[in-house]
Amino acid sequence: MNLWGRLTEKPWLAAPGGVPVAAEPPATDFASKRIALYFFLAVATVFFSLLVITFLTHSQFPGFQALAGEPWQPFTDTTRLWFNTSLLLLSSLAMQIALMASRAARPKLCLLALVGAIFFALQFLLAQLWLWQQLSDMGYGVRANPSSSYFYLLTALHGLHLVAGLVVLVKPLMGFWKGKSLDLIGGSVKLCTTYWHYLLVVWVLMFGLLASSEETYRTLAALCGL
Amino acid sequence: MVLAIVIVLLVLGTVLLHILSPWWLTPIASNWSAIDTTINITFWVTGIVFVAVNLFMAYAIYQYRYKKERRSHYDPENKKLELWLGGLTTLGIAAMLAPGLIVWGDFVTPPEESAEVEVLGQQWHWMYRFPGEDGQLGETHPRFMSEDNPFGIDPSDPAGQDDILVFGNILHLPVDQPVRLVMRAKDVIHNFAVPHFRAKIDMVPGMVTSFWLEPTRIGEFDVVCMVLCGMAHHAMRGKVVVESPEDHAAWLAQHPTFAQTQQPIGDAATGQSLYASCASCHGPEGQGNRAMNAPKISGLPTWYLQRQLRFYNDRVRGFHQDDVYGQQMAAMMAVLPTEEAIDHVVAYIDTLPDEPAPTTIDRDIRRGESLYRNCASCHGDDGRGNYATSAPPLAGQHDWYLKQQLENYQRGIRGSHSRDYYGSQMMMMARTIHNDQAMLDLITYINSL
Amino acid sequence: MSYTAIADQPVHMHDPTTFVSKYIWSQDHKVIAIQYGVTAIFVGVVALVLSALMRLQLGFPDTFEFINPNTYLQFATMHGMIMVVYLLTALLLGGFGNYLIPLMIGARDMAFPYLNMLSFWTYFLSVLVLLASFFVPGGPTGAGWTLYPPQAILPGTPGVDLGIVLMIVSLAIFIVAFTMGGLNYVTTILQARTAGMTLMRMPLTLWGIFIATVMGLLAFPALLVSAIMMAMDKLVGTSFFMPALISLGEAVDHSGGSPLLFQHLFWFFGHPEVYIVALPAFGMVSDVLATHARKNIFGYRMMVWAIVVIGLLSFVVWAHHMYVSGMNPTFGFFFATTTLIIAIPTAIKVYNWVLTLWQGNIKLTVPMIFAIGFIFTFIHGGLSGLFLGNVIVDVPLSDTYFVVAHFHMVMGVSPIMVLFAAIYHWYPLMTGRMFHEGLGKWHFWITFLGAYAVFLPIHYLGILGLPRRYFSFADTDFIPDTAHMLNAGVTVSAIIVALAQLLFIINIVWSFKHGKKADPNPWGAASLEWQTPEQPPRHGNWGDSLPVVYRWAYAYGVPGVKQDFIPQNVPTEQVMMLDENGAYQEQEV
Repeated sequence: MNLWGRLTEKPWLAAPGGVPVAAEPPATDFASKRIALYFFLAVATVFFSLLVITFLTHSQFPGFQALAGEPWQPFTDTTRLWFNTSLLLLSSLAMQIALMASRAARPKLCLLALVGAIFFALQFLLAQLWLWQQLSDMGYGVRANPSSSYFYLLTALHGLHLVAGLVVLVKPLMGFWKGKSLDLIGGSVKLCTTYWHYLLVVWVLMFGLLASSEETYRTLAALCGL
Repeated sequence: MVLAIVIVLLVLGTVLLHILSPWWLTPIASNWSAIDTTINITFWVTGIVFVAVNLFMAYAIYQYRYKKERRSHYDPENKKLELWLGGLTTLGIAAMLAPGLIVWGDFVTPPEESAEVEVLGQQWHWMYRFPGEDGQLGETHPRFMSEDNPFGIDPSDPAGQDDILVFGNILHLPVDQPVRLVMRAKDVIHNFAVPHFRAKIDMVPGMVTSFWLEPTRIGEFDVVCMVLCGMAHHAMRGKVVVESPEDHAAWLAQHPTFAQTQQPIGDAATGQSLYASCASCHGPEGQGNRAMNAPKISGLPTWYLQRQLRFYNDRVRGFHQDDVYGQQMAAMMAVLPTEEAIDHVVAYIDTLPDEPAPTTIDRDIRRGESLYRNCASCHGDDGRGNYATSAPPLAGQHDWYLKQQLENYQRGIRGSHSRDYYGSQMMMMARTIHNDQAMLDLITYINSL
Repeated sequence: MSYTAIADQPVHMHDPTTFVSKYIWSQDHKVIAIQYGVTAIFVGVVALVLSALMRLQLGFPDTFEFINPNTYLQFATMHGMIMVVYLLTALLLGGFGNYLIPLMIGARDMAFPYLNMLSFWTYFLSVLVLLASFFVPGGPTGAGWTLYPPQAILPGTPGVDLGIVLMIVSLAIFIVAFTMGGLNYVTTILQARTAGMTLMRMPLTLWGIFIATVMGLLAFPALLVSAIMMAMDKLVGTSFFMPALISLGEAVDHSGGSPLLFQHLFWFFGHPEVYIVALPAFGMVSDVLATHARKNIFGYRMMVWAIVVIGLLSFVVWAHHMYVSGMNPTFGFFFATTTLIIAIPTAIKVYNWVLTLWQGNIKLTVPMIFAIGFIFTFIHGGLSGLFLGNVIVDVPLSDTYFVVAHFHMVMGVSPIMVLFAAIYHWYPLMTGRMFHEGLGKWHFWITFLGAYAVFLPIHYLGILGLPRRYFSFADTDFIPDTAHMLNAGVTVSAIIVALAQLLFIINIVWSFKHGKKADPNPWGAASLEWQTPEQPPRHGNWGDSLPVVYRWAYAYGVPGVKQDFIPQNVPTEQVMMLDENGAYQEQEV
């Protein structure tokens, strides 16, 4: 039954034939976890969206200087950002391979891909730290301007989400260690893959935002009615 | 049964309290009587709902009280009834919202001819700025703010030179003239609320906010801060005096322009000769003298000395018949009859060496330290005073004098004059010292600073 | 079949055996609920004492040496924050949510018991961090529970060194705890309902908890964002909320930030938070009213839709807390309209509660009188909200005692009335014993009348123009002496109400050991939580097999049926019917 039907049923009426209405497919442990994950992604989306909205608000204040747009600004040259993005993309791809391997019942490939995903994720985090270092050396420290404050804040929070994902990924790895079958591990791999792709999308959007020029902010802010 | 009766009684009591309440809107003194109308409309609509729903509930409780043989009526829903009730509610809401939005529309559109006055809020007082002859307020920025330029007026902006500055909490406004209050805050968020005017808007650091009103009644009205702004929030008070345009012009003429405040004050050499009469009590170096009940005046900042001397001159200080020493000082002001004379002598006192006075009180310093926490916000952790909070230095002052003044504040001998715009703050603070013991402990700590 | 394969496996429910695994590191939702409840009530008592101290200063100024302007603001801040977040949110969702969700939907436990346990201990940690701020140098923050920058992190405000940092850290930990718990509640309600428990057969308690939890999940991130950004302003020196300013005469090293941005973020959380507290209370009170009025809740569907609509609308009304904040004045038109619209579904809920009493068979038990007390105070608090929601009416009233009176009536007294109703109502289920009826009634009368005597007159002080958060009202011309006398009277009432809570604590502690043994379903309730094989329910709740649900939770006074209620899990063919002569007969349908 669709949502509308469910929310308009008259519960005081006896069910047809006296049997329980609304028979649903049995909920599994995996389905519950997936629902929880989707809700968590919604929470994270609200979290990042609010940060982005405050960023756009700030971008319209006098004294705000974008990190890109003019030749001397650090993100006018986006090579480094693209490099970091490719690391996270590789990590995400590795997760996808792990997922497909678990579906195809190839545990060794799955394990290998998971290790690869962790490797590239750690590389990404290191590269982000390196980027921090480079930026603060250029004089764009965390206090330099709201734009660079946001850069550190957003990347740090994104990085923390990735670290949390790595912690969760320990569980399927432990599963391999204990010799569990792929059936038991597959669910975790699937959920982690979803999360990885989500974080990739978040990063790409953040990349786009941080490397935009002031005109772009003006347009975006106008679109948001700020 | 009892519950039903109690609910009926509570409804009656609430209505009676409403009708008989001695606590009601202060008599209005501005053009915003429309706001009062919207409040009254809301009282009527909500009052009818309050009485009707509660009496109905009380009746239901009484009528359908538990009886063993009774069965409740199985009644899952009644669309028609719910639609009716929802519709009526919507009507009631519209009856309150529509007039409200119309008045809000007026509130946010100031008339073209309204005059501008700037209110600058800071911890824990306000200062005011009038545009001066050119009718234009000068540009400001926090980076210009200093002890000599508390408004932060851009010295290079010609429009700012003739701005008239009012240092102090008391604002005068001409009656029957629309005025737009333009507001800035120096440090944290404040408000400038006059209950009799009904209108208010917060002042926010980093922003300029405003609202408009037209004072309609001559008189004096309290100003209170209505946004929590730190420890002394409750002591952030002021006055608005609404007066005739002539009185207002005369009042305004007493205040300096920005350009005038940028001149050096007084001439120390002239001040030295004037100081001769002061020296007999306060000592040649302004060190004070217990035998003459004269405090140390060296090391006091010029703005504090100026203010106190003017207060003595106008009998804002030393007005109270119990304030024997204050009255003596006020009488001595015959030596300094003019503003210029005060400025000269202040300029001279500023050149005197600042030596801490000897201490006579030694009690529980640790208790004193915890008590001093309340003082530190204004007078500074080091007791050196702070121009920003209009607080004089305490460290180095004679301890017997501090005690005497605290007692004067507690008894209202000092600070209770209506024009003593910082006195009421100190009176409220002094009353948080509950006994002699606490006061001596506190002074012991101040001695150590 | 909608019952879950995982949950219906009693073999997998390892009964905890040791004391530690049973009561400390427990994964049983009922134990976790009690842990949440006891912790929340404990901090609630702390906050109650703080409010009594504030009232002492207001009623009898300058009588107590330890209440000075600094400590007064610290008391006010901690009182507000504890009551709103650490008591109400935690007790309604962490306590009652945990206890009732699995029992009411017919599940053995939460979807993720381990996460549930983590949620409680994280909450416990946040409480410890919060209370620690009382013992650090400078004490807790006194910035007001709204924590507005720049004031919260600038000198001149109490607790500016460590107090504010601990407050921010504690809130962040709380949000993590809430998110863990919230994901659990939502997933459990969506996934673990037993056979026949359709969404519209759920008791309104579950609807309230469900929507409130979803709102909490989406609203708390705003608080987290503002807390993180303020922490950075304070500790790293960024300028998210800090413009260039002069603090106590000294220029601070900030520029370009916006204090209003914080207010928007805070209230984007803060307003839904009001309903996060209110909706579970709405739900629980509906169930208490229906059970003790022996009548189906009137207009069940409208009640559910109203909860959903209120939940949605509450995300677009936040700036009504900011009418006089200096924000763009055109926002006032929009937010006044949305705010007053939200009054319509809320009013419908009130009508339906009252209409549930109409033509009922009302037993004035202790839970019931608390529920009726709720309706009365909620009507009052809701109506005074119409003043503050209407932008121009708010201009003279905002930041006065009218606001204090309004939100205490609607968010303080009302939900606490429901909490008492709920605790008394479910006490027999939780402990297997009855509370002392007489003590419970005394507790009600003193609390209800006393609280009304506290908050009704305060409205009028607000209309007069008394500003809130004032340590002292001395030396003001517009405040007449009678207002000071009234303040003293209010203080006396407040102290009496505070002391009356001892009756409640004595009652629940004493009855736990000495109360009369409760019947299995003492109120004759139809909802599922009362139908467990043992009471209090054991670990796993349902014995060998999960219940099957045949009807909604409000089958009270169904025509033609022998009993005046039919439990949700009684098969239709086993319902005892009356024959034409009024005699009983077993009837097959």
